[in-house]
Amino acid sequence: MMNFKFILKAISVALVSFSLTLISAVSFAATDVRIMWYGDGDKENVPIAAQIDEFNAANPDINVILDIVPYDAIMNTLPIQLAAGEGPDIARVTDLGGLNKYYADITPYVADPSYYEKSFGPFLNWYRKPGDTTSIHGFHSTMTVTGPYVNKTLFEQAGVDLLGPGATWEEWAAASIEVAEKTGTPIPMAWDRSGHRVSGPAISMGAKYFDSNGDPKLVDDGLKAMTQMLYDWHQAGTMSKDLWGSVSGSKYHAPNDWWNAAEVVFMMSGSWQIGRFANEVGDDFDWWAVPAPCGPAACTGMPGGNALLAFNANPAVGKVMDYLSSKEQLSSFIGQVLAIPGHLDLQVDYQTDDPNAKHALNTFAGAVPTIDQVAFDLQAHVDNRIMFNAIISRLGQAIVGEMTMEEAWTRMDEDVEKQLKEKYGG
Amino acid sequence: MENIRNQTKIFFLRILNIPFAFLMHAIDLIMWPIQKIIGVRNMPYIFLLPNLIFFGLFVIIPLGANFFFSLSSGDDLLFAERELPTTKQYDQLFDCESYLNPNTCTEDFFWRGVYNTIFFVVFQVGLMIFFSVLTAVILNKKIIGRGFFRSVFFFPVLLSPVVVGLIWQWILLKNGAFNAIIESYGGDKVSFLTDPSWAMASVIFVSIWAHMGFYTLIVLAGLQAIPPNLYEAAEMDGTSRERIFFRITLPLLMPNLLVVFILASIKGVQTFDEIYVLTGGGPGTSTSLIVQYIFTTGFASSGSVQNFGLAAAASMVLGVVLLFLTLMQLYFSRNKESKHQEI
Repeated sequence: MMNFKFILKAISVALVSFSLTLISAVSFAATDVRIMWYGDGDKENVPIAAQIDEFNAANPDINVILDIVPYDAIMNTLPIQLAAGEGPDIARVTDLGGLNKYYADITPYVADPSYYEKSFGPFLNWYRKPGDTTSIHGFHSTMTVTGPYVNKTLFEQAGVDLLGPGATWEEWAAASIEVAEKTGTPIPMAWDRSGHRVSGPAISMGAKYFDSNGDPKLVDDGLKAMTQMLYDWHQAGTMSKDLWGSVSGSKYHAPNDWWNAAEVVFMMSGSWQIGRFANEVGDDFDWWAVPAPCGPAACTGMPGGNALLAFNANPAVGKVMDYLSSKEQLSSFIGQVLAIPGHLDLQVDYQTDDPNAKHALNTFAGAVPTIDQVAFDLQAHVDNRIMFNAIISRLGQAIVGEMTMEEAWTRMDEDVEKQLKEKYGG
Repeated sequence: MENIRNQTKIFFLRILNIPFAFLMHAIDLIMWPIQKIIGVRNMPYIFLLPNLIFFGLFVIIPLGANFFFSLSSGDDLLFAERELPTTKQYDQLFDCESYLNPNTCTEDFFWRGVYNTIFFVVFQVGLMIFFSVLTAVILNKKIIGRGFFRSVFFFPVLLSPVVVGLIWQWILLKNGAFNAIIESYGGDKVSFLTDPSWAMASVIFVSIWAHMGFYTLIVLAGLQAIPPNLYEAAEMDGTSRERIFFRITLPLLMPNLLVVFILASIKGVQTFDEIYVLTGGGPGTSTSLIVQYIFTTGFASSGSVQNFGLAAAASMVLGVVLLFLTLMQLYFSRNKESKHQEI
């Protein structure tokens, strides 16, 4: 009998202890904050992972989970997840305006909203819905500028001088061909396969992208001039069909493998490549970023960048954003990844001795004030991706002979019109 | 001694049978009243029910959802937020001045996909049947290392399509292994994957390499089922090898070839992953098939509008084509069987 009572008591005590443990575990469980992150290799992934570890250690009540994904997942999987009501709390995004209907306003949860306005002011509008001038959705992780690089060693070997500011696209193409011929390099020119990359040069040639009402109007004489030039370069062998021909539709493809193997004289890409080149090219050859070539209207690249944007608003998300956007963390991150800061008042100590990287950082940072207003407007427009994709998919078809350039231009406009109709109705 | 061993065995089997018997009795307790209510004749439906529930959940409901998506528009994913009903997507798909010229169609990518798919299926299936029969005939002979070669031909079937795509990309790229061999013999590099005139041939070749083993196995089973006395009789009559093949082997292999044709055609029309990895549908759209159009339109628009309605409409069209193909082929196979029975 005694034994039975003792067993009953023991069971009761065990049950009460278990319940208390369960209740306390639930009460004090850390809040999960999931970040979907793409990075340009370890150069970007390692610093952010270290920052997250540091944050988690300092904030036991918040558990930040960093999901490192390929860029394709950000472009294609994330929108589906968001449309289905799923998705992460925060993501690193490049289609800044395109996903704006899913962004959450974290203004009530950040420590000092005016810090965001002061530090990232012009970029905040890129994330906001039209008409919204106050919401805070996140911050610019890095700013980017599109522009070309040249293989300086090949220029020196060929005895061809690098062209200076004010040189036109035609002059750069001619110089690249000359270098390629003299050095036996197979590809004079290679571009990222991206409508965004085509747009800066197109604006230099006079493309306006919008009509007088500010509505998208893609094809004009400026865009025609640049796309025709790209078409001609492919037919003449100045650009290799192997690069843009290796995929279809609007799929992005970069010529890094050719560039790293010194098989390209001139590569049109952007400032985000600096860290990669410093890592991958190393001492193999000297690479130089050069000022954006000119057209009759401007000498501009495209601005851009990536931002960490919130899809859920709560105190934990606000705290994570405050931490990652702080001057200290951003400065450390930008210094390691060798990028241009999106923060307007940031002193960065770049952690590199590579003279090519230092020169490239100076060149791209110096290019920011020369960016044309049309380029800024285009980057800030919510439907810019629709235009970029129409350019690259139709130009790609024309280059491989599936349609003429005239047909491609007609299709570009039709594609934009069709997509906008599907999106907004009518 | 033997008797004791048998009795022990029976004893253990009976013990093992106890949980099974309990289970059967438990099922019987549930089934018996059901059988009482619905009758013995309707009991098969009860046994089919679990499978039907899964089939309904994962096939019928998604099919229905797909149909409703195809009758809606907008870039929202949730039904409640989509505009319904509309035939806009079908109108858009079939809006063509001339169906023979994709450039005249509103959805030219879809029609390019249709023509590429037809071209791909005709050549891939035709060549695959040819090579499967050839390989099976060789592997059916008493050659040295027959078992090894049977494994070698079947091995690619076990690989994931993504792995197949990546392996062949490495081999066929301009700076790939194959071009290195060509160059070492003094030849010029060939753009197997980026020249429109080579790309489709390359993907057909890779697809045949990847799937031929499976179909070879089916044909081989058919060859082994042919009674050897037929060959012996033909040999005694002095019939030539060619005549034996065309008059005995091939006719008796027809049921298997029909199965191969049906399966290969259906799989051919659905091809996507290995080509997507290998060429991404390029250059231009020269290797882009219908399934890639559906995937790109609905899910991989790289920042453009994700047109779920249009993708759903295209997949409905694809579904109808597949259904038609299957029914046609079933008709022919049954027709053939009934003729055999008449003979």
